[in-house]
Amino acid sequence: MATRYLGAAVRRVEDPRLLRGEGRYLDDLALPAGLEAAFVRSTIAHGLIRAVDASAARALPGVHAVYFAQDLGPAAMRQMPIAAPHPLLIQPRTQAPLATDEVCYVGQPIALVIANNRYIAEDAAALVAIDYDPLPVVTDCRCALDPSAAHAHRGAEHNRAATLTAHFGDAAAAFAGATLRLAERIEMQRGGAHSMEGRGVAAVPSPDGMGITLWSSTQAPYMIRRLLAAHLDWDESRLRAVAPDVGGGFGPKAVFYPEEVVVPLAALKLGRPVRWIEDRREHFQATTQQRLQAWDVEVAADSTGRLIAIRGRGVHDAGAFVPYGVLLPLSSLWPFPGPYALQALDLSLDVVFTNMVPTSPVRGAGRPYANFVIERLVDRVADALGLDRAEIRRRNFVPRGNFPYATGMTYRDGSKVTYDSGDFEACLDKAMRRAGYADFAARRVAAAKRGVRRGIGVASYVEDTGAGPFEGVTVRVQPNGRVHAVTSAASQGQGHATIIAQICADALGISPENVTVTSADTGALAYGMGTYGSRVAVAAGSSAFNAAAVVRAKALRLAASLLQCASDDLTILEGRVVRRSGPADTGLDLALLAAQLSGTPGIPLPDGFAPGLEATDYAPIGATATASGTHIAEVEVDPATGAVAVVAYVVVHDCGNVLNPLLVDGQILGGVVHGIGNALFEQMVYDSTGQPLSSNYGEYLLPLASEIPLIDIAHIETPSPHNPLGAKGAGEGGTIPAAAAIVSALEDALREEGARFAKHPVFPEDVIEAIHLGLCVREVVPSAGAGGGLLEIAGG
Amino acid sequence: MSEPHAIALSVNGRAVDAKVEPRRLLADFLRRDLNLTGTHIGCEHGVCGACTILLDGTPARSCLMFAVQADGCEIVTVEGLAGENGNLSSLQQAFSEHHALQCGFCTPGVLISLTSLLDASPDPDEATIRDVVSGHICRCTGYQAMIHAARAVAGRDACGRS
Repeated sequence: MATRYLGAAVRRVEDPRLLRGEGRYLDDLALPAGLEAAFVRSTIAHGLIRAVDASAARALPGVHAVYFAQDLGPAAMRQMPIAAPHPLLIQPRTQAPLATDEVCYVGQPIALVIANNRYIAEDAAALVAIDYDPLPVVTDCRCALDPSAAHAHRGAEHNRAATLTAHFGDAAAAFAGATLRLAERIEMQRGGAHSMEGRGVAAVPSPDGMGITLWSSTQAPYMIRRLLAAHLDWDESRLRAVAPDVGGGFGPKAVFYPEEVVVPLAALKLGRPVRWIEDRREHFQATTQQRLQAWDVEVAADSTGRLIAIRGRGVHDAGAFVPYGVLLPLSSLWPFPGPYALQALDLSLDVVFTNMVPTSPVRGAGRPYANFVIERLVDRVADALGLDRAEIRRRNFVPRGNFPYATGMTYRDGSKVTYDSGDFEACLDKAMRRAGYADFAARRVAAAKRGVRRGIGVASYVEDTGAGPFEGVTVRVQPNGRVHAVTSAASQGQGHATIIAQICADALGISPENVTVTSADTGALAYGMGTYGSRVAVAAGSSAFNAAAVVRAKALRLAASLLQCASDDLTILEGRVVRRSGPADTGLDLALLAAQLSGTPGIPLPDGFAPGLEATDYAPIGATATASGTHIAEVEVDPATGAVAVVAYVVVHDCGNVLNPLLVDGQILGGVVHGIGNALFEQMVYDSTGQPLSSNYGEYLLPLASEIPLIDIAHIETPSPHNPLGAKGAGEGGTIPAAAAIVSALEDALREEGARFAKHPVFPEDVIEAIHLGLCVREVVPSAGAGGGLLEIAGG
Repeated sequence: MSEPHAIALSVNGRAVDAKVEPRRLLADFLRRDLNLTGTHIGCEHGVCGACTILLDGTPARSCLMFAVQADGCEIVTVEGLAGENGNLSSLQQAFSEHHALQCGFCTPGVLISLTSLLDASPDPDEATIRDVVSGHICRCTGYQAMIHAARAVAGRDACGRS
């Protein structure tokens, strides 16, 4: 079987309709007789609802209903399920779909207004009067475990949701015997997803009254169906969940939200379709995000720069509830020890409640946190010993040829965390060559002549990708010869349909334009998981590969029996099964074979053939595939203003076999830019009462094209042995080490001043402070604090 | 409750007569009343640029305008960029060649801004293109491919349309 399309830079099959403006995102869906909804949300971070008055809202012309929890029944009043329960969760708190008495974050839904259109619904929502009794608020996770801290939940004894640990080897002994021991305090704040399309939910009662279809701008329709059916105590057969075109996800759209319960309940009660679209302010307030993680860590090393052990204690802001369990903080422990061979590790992470919107993974999840901690420590050791920052990494990498490599960590089930393949040194070498690392000194001197300080930073990473258990694909040849591939995989721009089309095209001797891919519909394929953790190209791609191979074999077998020859004598060219040698016109079109197997009344199928020229596969994915790479960033700093510009950026990336270089590079570019945002721009600011002060794009900065240098990308390919494609995930590797690389470069630029940075985001005022005071900037701006969270510029 | 106003405008070359509430945003009018859902709403405060359309030949944020303000104007939306025969414009094709779109949500606005740029100045340099693209927020692509796509068209033909 030829691989003509897989591996090639095939243009996306998704593009033409999107370019024409013919995408069908949640708000574009035609919903005849549909109504539009707006939520009434808590305006305080913690309190009790004392009284509500919706009479004015209900009286507004065009308003069909205002529903509080009790109006929608017990399902709107009981706690929602946790997507991934965990035995270490001490307080497995989730919210009820609509708050009944206590509210725990600004933005928490209290009521739903349904009207003829969103304008009227918002008018009415503004007329709903709510009387609160405020309760004490906790907003700073760093002091949430102090005995004097306010409790995020009334009646709770403390704010601890869980304490997670990761350890191997004997860290105490390692530290006791080490030549070099360095301590650091590191704080990191990430931010929101800010997909350009916000969330949205549309619920359509079935015309036959048997159930409901839930359209959601989600990354995980199968998870939504499973959890919603469980929460409503319904047969899953009554519920169909579908993701239409989705305008970006990045993690927070893989959560099961209150809106996904309330909107269908309202639709059922009214007997009409109901749609709710999130506006940007709601995205800031009520969509999950990532916030602060703070660590006190130490690293032990020997005098040659060999890293021996890392230990430390951290705290993680979970927000008011844990709908995603502890998967996010766990994903910030798994990545230790990174690409380095360590003898010992001992980490403990307290996951704490605060009165802000819950946190859950945003592109990279916890991996960027772990990477930042590890890479800052590696830089510290290098600096303490006068070693080059790239060289120390080389000395500590798991050497090539040592794979599979067991890191010392274990998964929850006791199995060993193993890196399946990789060549960390090759990535570093290639990155250094492409970045002109050896010639940097000249660039620094030239920049100084222009009045700016230029620095270079290196960060390497490892990423567990392609997690199982499966993502399904059906490959079906239709009677007209076109292929229909159905996948459970949900896409938010990654181009999965193109990958699947490429695979089918190769297997069936057709071109990708002749493959239609439909996806993310629980009514179309029985099982699925969701899009997160850089897993879908591997999981769904493997299923497409297997299913298409079965379809190919079946086509050849049927043709062989009809042509009275051996399968091996046949191949498929341009949609036609033909003999490898001999006259081409005695072949059989796939269309004909498909029609044969579709069944003709009264005529049995050929012996030994099941109906349909099709196959369904759920490729079993066991171990994760290890992606890795190195980023090298250069920044220029204006010492007068503290402005930081990223002026050069090189990525060398190993995602195994590259399935489509256009798509992989696109994922890396987007990921790096997100990482630049994390490093220099993005921070959610709250005041001490838990009010979000970041609620629009004037207050929260996303990176624009003007902030981005030309990003150079090259690849190393170490195929994964764990899937038939030899591929690894590529969705998050661009983000994972970006903040570390940029902060490393920033420190390098300001070496002379002794300015150091052990946090991100880093703002110009931090740079000025570090330059003038020659100190290490560690603290992310506290959410509880003087100045209402606004930064004060040193020197006035 | 305000009385609807009568407006008459041209959208993608077609004459449109409508009655709209004074407070109805142009973006909502295009999307809901004219069923032209290609123009997207990303922020409703004029920053992200997803809602960008051409208003009498100039890029404008349709989320920051009322439909009544478009009375007597010529509007071009993303649906009006392809040729008469439905062929994608040179810029649209270049976007696909260079993988300048992923989720596609910000894309219509970017296409409008870059089409306007290429119409006005047939051979803009990279810095000029980057400046225009920086009027849009994209969370997926990292912008680089959009700039390459526009540069490729600039090198090729004058107006970016087929």
